[in-house]
Amino acid sequence: MSDILLQANAVAKHFGGVKALRDVSLSIRRGEVYGLIGPNGAGKTTFFNCMTGLYIPDGGGFTFDGVALQADAPHRAAELGIARTFQNIRLFGNMTALENVMVGRHVRTKAGVFGAMFLNRATRDEEAAIRQRAVELLHYVDIADRADDLAKNLSYGDQRRLEIARALATEPKLLCLDEPAAGMNATETEELRVLIEGIRKDGTTVLLIEHDVKLVMGLCDRVAVLDYGALVIEDVPAVVQKDPRVIEAYLGA
Amino acid sequence: MDIFLQQIINGLVQGSIYALVALGYTMVYGIMGLINFAHGEVVMIGALISITVTSTLAAAGMPLGLAGLFGLVAAMLTCMALGWSLERIAYRPLRGSPRLTPLITAIGMSIVLQNLAMIFWGRNYMTFPPLLPKVNFEFAGTHFTLVQVVIVLLSAALMAGLVFLVYRTKLGMAMRATAQNPAVASLMGVNINRVIASAFVIGSALAAVAGVMVGSYYEIAHYQMGFMLGLKAFTAAVLGGIGNLAGAMAGGILLGIIEALGAGYIGDFTGGFLGSHYQDIFAFVVLIVVLMFKPSGLFGEKTGDRA
Repeated sequence: MSDILLQANAVAKHFGGVKALRDVSLSIRRGEVYGLIGPNGAGKTTFFNCMTGLYIPDGGGFTFDGVALQADAPHRAAELGIARTFQNIRLFGNMTALENVMVGRHVRTKAGVFGAMFLNRATRDEEAAIRQRAVELLHYVDIADRADDLAKNLSYGDQRRLEIARALATEPKLLCLDEPAAGMNATETEELRVLIEGIRKDGTTVLLIEHDVKLVMGLCDRVAVLDYGALVIEDVPAVVQKDPRVIEAYLGA
Repeated sequence: MDIFLQQIINGLVQGSIYALVALGYTMVYGIMGLINFAHGEVVMIGALISITVTSTLAAAGMPLGLAGLFGLVAAMLTCMALGWSLERIAYRPLRGSPRLTPLITAIGMSIVLQNLAMIFWGRNYMTFPPLLPKVNFEFAGTHFTLVQVVIVLLSAALMAGLVFLVYRTKLGMAMRATAQNPAVASLMGVNINRVIASAFVIGSALAAVAGVMVGSYYEIAHYQMGFMLGLKAFTAAVLGGIGNLAGAMAGGILLGIIEALGAGYIGDFTGGFLGSHYQDIFAFVVLIVVLMFKPSGLFGEKTGDRA
């Protein structure tokens, strides 16, 4: 088993004349929290979208856990073990918190159309197991008391937690968080930091896109900086923080 | 008063059938925003398959009831395969194209299926074998038959089953998640293609049952029977709020009752100028009124801007 979980090889993506990603290569090691930072429009979310199969890269590709990721097949990426949350929360608003998490279990269970139509024993057992695991995950992110509320009625912080629980339900090897602290106050950010540390301790590798530099520098093992779609540096936080190119590009000279 | 009650009962029976077919429209629309105008033809194929299988088996000496059961199962399996193929061949390649494109394709598929059925079964009306014994009931001055009772009860059972499937099973959850946001659902590992195919397959199974019901109710079937039925079931789905399961059921039953009452009283209202065979007017007046005054339907949450 290789030490590298995700390898990006010269990934490029253009939107018309805009080069959103210019041959970005980076590698995420097993068990680390990896930070991806950069100014607005630097290509962070585009990178995420390419990786999870929402966008098809114009060049290069990803190797995940030794397997080449196929573009344009998001549910395959989920099967292989990549899960993500969104910068702008995208829950299934009209389903309960519990159901949102249960959807995430989908990829790790088997029952199909005929099972659902005829409700055989295996299907029923599976449904019960899905429900139980979903409840556990809601406990894990500490919103179990809101299990039966519609996702759209949850508070902002709880919605962020629910997104994380839903992503964890797919049993990812790599959990990608797209600006999880956006719009959070200091207390909520601190709670989030504790939650992410816990996730790392439980053995899931985390890729974190974040604007909150303090959070990233305090939490991440390694950090990569993107600017105008190109990789500026990839190193431990202490080095990244002192790099003049980063200070110019990101912290604004 | 007797006529009133009698027409309510007749409307309930016809409405149950509309509801079953409307569910097929509404499931597909809810998940992928497509109005599958070929759905009425699936009902027709179901009815014709069940006639062929039932009469063949009955002619070979099987008791009629059992032969009818085989006919029903054969119709359901054929229609499920048909629904799956429609999605795979006609609609999936058009995913992501402008909304009008799959709509026109659906109308095209409807014409193709009608003509295929005409080639296979001919253009004549076919007599539907009587699957159930002719038993008549009388209640409070109204008359109804065993077939009518079975239609209403079976529809209710199927609808309850569908609600259970959509709200209590993994597949149903995947369907609702896909309806709300396909991209996110797929990132959570839901195979969108499979969910959409399932919606077609389940809707088509219900359509097959509806086809057998229509056939045994009117004791007749032919290659064009699905067209008007499909349009009316579509009206029912719009009336209830297309994309909404409860809406399709309520809309179907309501439309059946409106139609039956209309047919019962149209003669009196127009002094005998229009007879009950003008009952089709009512369904489409309902459609126009709903589209004009409440396009989101009775249960609809948002007004769709989809074609």
